[in-house]
Amino acid sequence: MTYLLPSLRLWALTLLVCVVAYTALVFGFAQALAPYRANGSIVEVDGRAVGSELVAQGFTAPRYFWPRPSAVDYDGMGAGGSNLSPTSPHLTARAVETVSRYRATADTPVPADLVAASGGGLDPHISLAGALYQADRVAAARGLDVRVVRGIARDTAAAPGAVFAPEPVVNVLQLNLALDQIKP
Amino acid sequence: MVEALLAIVLVVGTAALLSWPLGNYMTSLFSGRYAGLDGVFVRAAGRAPDQDWKQYSLALLAFNALMFVFVFLLLMLQHLLPLNPDGQSAASLDLVFNTAASFTTNTNLQHYSGESTWSYLAQLGGLMWLQFVSAATGLAALVALARGIGGQSSMGNFFLDLQRAAFGVLLPLALVVACFIAFRGVPMTFEGAATVTTLEGVTQTIARGPAAAFVAIKQLGTNGGGFFGPNSAHPLENPDFWANCMQMIAIIAIPMACVWMFGRIIGRRKHAGVIFGVMLVFLLLKISGSVAFETAPTPAFAGLPVLADVGNLEGKELRLGATTGPLWAVLTTSTSNGSVAAMHDSLNPLTGLMPMAGLWLNATFGGVGVGMINMFLYIVVAVFIAGMMVGRTPEYLGHKVEGREMRLAMLALLSHAVLILGGTAIFAATTWGQGTIHNAGAHGFSEILYEFSSAGANNGSGFEGLGDNTVPWNIATGLVMLIGRYLPIIVPLAIVGSLMTKKRSAESAGTLSVEGGTFGTMLAITILIFGALTFFPAAALGPIAEHVTLMR
Repeated sequence: MTYLLPSLRLWALTLLVCVVAYTALVFGFAQALAPYRANGSIVEVDGRAVGSELVAQGFTAPRYFWPRPSAVDYDGMGAGGSNLSPTSPHLTARAVETVSRYRATADTPVPADLVAASGGGLDPHISLAGALYQADRVAAARGLDVRVVRGIARDTAAAPGAVFAPEPVVNVLQLNLALDQIKP
Repeated sequence: MVEALLAIVLVVGTAALLSWPLGNYMTSLFSGRYAGLDGVFVRAAGRAPDQDWKQYSLALLAFNALMFVFVFLLLMLQHLLPLNPDGQSAASLDLVFNTAASFTTNTNLQHYSGESTWSYLAQLGGLMWLQFVSAATGLAALVALARGIGGQSSMGNFFLDLQRAAFGVLLPLALVVACFIAFRGVPMTFEGAATVTTLEGVTQTIARGPAAAFVAIKQLGTNGGGFFGPNSAHPLENPDFWANCMQMIAIIAIPMACVWMFGRIIGRRKHAGVIFGVMLVFLLLKISGSVAFETAPTPAFAGLPVLADVGNLEGKELRLGATTGPLWAVLTTSTSNGSVAAMHDSLNPLTGLMPMAGLWLNATFGGVGVGMINMFLYIVVAVFIAGMMVGRTPEYLGHKVEGREMRLAMLALLSHAVLILGGTAIFAATTWGQGTIHNAGAHGFSEILYEFSSAGANNGSGFEGLGDNTVPWNIATGLVMLIGRYLPIIVPLAIVGSLMTKKRSAESAGTLSVEGGTFGTMLAITILIFGALTFFPAAALGPIAEHVTLMR
């Protein structure tokens, strides 16, 4: 009893403060000041939700830029990585498939991020190099000048972390949305 | 190269700078400087009498037992309770046992994916609550140990210390971190999953939830349990580079501050400086190794028309930058955090060895409170060996370290190795383990070894390819986590309890100083011999063997 009673009192108190009050405070802050972010960064076009800015979706049509491979097929309810060892023959087999989808040859090697699956399977970005690599295909499918497509990719690209992470990346959904805006 | 260096300096440097004032503040808090606050706490706990080591340990165990029972029931009954917008069904009992043990012990090993297993009530009321109180338990234990070894007559009162830790340290920091990451893109909503129609006309369901609150305390309390399955590799759990840096700093800041707090409570700041230095050297060594090994491109892509101008990107997120994967892997395993921002299973073989080394040493800053407690065990062993070498009675801070204390210290240190290596041996030899590995050969062995190392070190990260949601895995790792948590907390308190009964001797010219480079070197060697050599044969069978096969 010496220890049970204070334990029970602490149980109630910590639940009240660390769960109820804390959650309510963070919820209030986030919903009041950054509702778009707090609700999952859902992008709407003409009032229709087309995806989350932060979550990759599985583009397969030639007219769209394709995201990185996903071990879970872009499942927003069951994210995950391939968990394959970097030495695994299964990983090589998967890479062979991806490479052939891009029709890459020894003279036109594909950037590694387009072949390597992301950790969560939902990485919304590809590298700028990966976007430029796909520009010819996208431009041909849309009947656009490839320079226009490349220009849009460069405009969408940004360094994720200033000098600390300078390699530019492109948000695939935003890039494809920007493409859909232009009339050929 | 330059940006890797800058990123490391940004994260480790900021955390180190913050740890000093934070350590000072924690010292004041636990010394009862804020009497008004303590008054409220005492009223809440009923009475707060001084406790000796046995009473303190019993109070700690009683409250932790209550934590386990409450969350076990909550998880078991989640499908009957409210706040379940995605309609999660009942989970299997062995998974409930494993998860309750995992979060009670500050481990956060997860044999499930949060977004498809637990209701919001289970995640917040059960798991997130444990993330606060289990971290507070570790902090309280360290404070008690420091009081005892520092010469105070009592160890304090557990219930009072737990409140100070939870409300005075974790809560305010969690509020800051949670708001910051929510502004960067971690969701904080109770609306359930979002359903969208993609540009190509496919329906995509996107799990959301009150993640920002959860993620903040997951990092600060060295808990590590993710709201979503892939943890901080999920873009909604770690949306951009700056949220990523904030999370990395949150992982290591309190464990660093614990060292300064320990030094101030015992009144030996220089001694704390030496300990901090030894820990920092090990941390930077592991980071350098990990970042360097990971710059090698994915070996599986060799010979294919894939550009080899970047490091291994399998299992990594582009928005977090090239350095994050290996840096985070070391930070999260040096502390007992266990959250991941890249899939450890897909790290290059030798890179994967660095987080494993972190789990084995378990004292490079370590978990909130308990990391410094583990270091205390190494210190006791180091002064004993040093004393034997020069032929003097070993002393630590004027306390004679004798057979009884050494036996206890060895019990705690060896139990770590026995739990990890014993468990690995059993599972590697039977279908319990063999039937669950995801990658063949040496890497499969690494998956089993990593899982037990993670459970034994109360870390929680994993080589997640392992199919670990099975009855044998759930029960075995559940037990390993419980023993691996409470033995190394109670035993050091017992050691200090034993030291407190002896008369303290004054330090003389012949006493081994615990403040200089000699002691630092001695301590580092002790850690290496115990931590690294014990596990070297196992490492040779796993990551090292895999690397060597690669060199053919």
